[in-house]
Amino acid sequence: MEFSRRETLALGLGAAVATVLPFRALANADEAIGAFTGGADTGEGGITLTAPEIAENGNTVPISVSAAGATSIMVLAAGNPVPAVATFNFGPLAGSQGASTRIRLAGTQDVIAIAKMADGSFVKASSTVKVTIGGCGG
Amino acid sequence: MASGVKPRVKAPKKAAAGETVTIKTLISHKMESGQRKNKDGSPIPRSIINRFTCDFNGQNVIDIELAPAISTNPYFQFDATIPDAGDMVFTWYDDDGDVYTTTKSVAIG
Repeated sequence: MEFSRRETLALGLGAAVATVLPFRALANADEAIGAFTGGADTGEGGITLTAPEIAENGNTVPISVSAAGATSIMVLAAGNPVPAVATFNFGPLAGSQGASTRIRLAGTQDVIAIAKMADGSFVKASSTVKVTIGGCGG
Repeated sequence: MASGVKPRVKAPKKAAAGETVTIKTLISHKMESGQRKNKDGSPIPRSIINRFTCDFNGQNVIDIELAPAISTNPYFQFDATIPDAGDMVFTWYDDDGDVYTTTKSVAIG
């Protein structure tokens, strides 16, 4: 079986795309983080992300985030087709800087929470969730 | 999705002045993510609630931006400080332009 120059090029291109694809979701998550933090460094501590270790159904995964003194908290699921999950902005009457909700996860992945503190710094927490049945249809 | 959307809110009817209370909200909405495909293989268009806000006497408590990764029937639990008696207004913004609101009155006592 002989390959023409054109076919070889196409094959090489296809292989390159195939290797890059798995990392694309992660790159999207990094972009989303960059858009939220404006490129600032994220510290550790001061933020709590509670998520189950194993979620049987990826369609409803209960999570809760809290960060005392935060003005907003962004939650990301790095392995989802769309990494953004929710952004919580706390107003002057918020009783505590925290909230709970239920999210969809496409598969086993890291859930990331980034809080923007009142002084403009950022802190990050992440938690790995094992998902038995993914929640994105398809 | 203008039909069958029913907001439900659990908030205390009474609170002490300055008390922090926990609020639970749920709204029935299918939150179509835009990722699913129907039987023909064509994608089902996205239809979600993209924003939720809670205000007390005009002051903001929480403002949440939602992405398709929020589950069907979006549920939120958060805390609010009640400075004095008043109305708590909950607002959900749909992708199709619909706005759903519900109000709960909180008394001091």
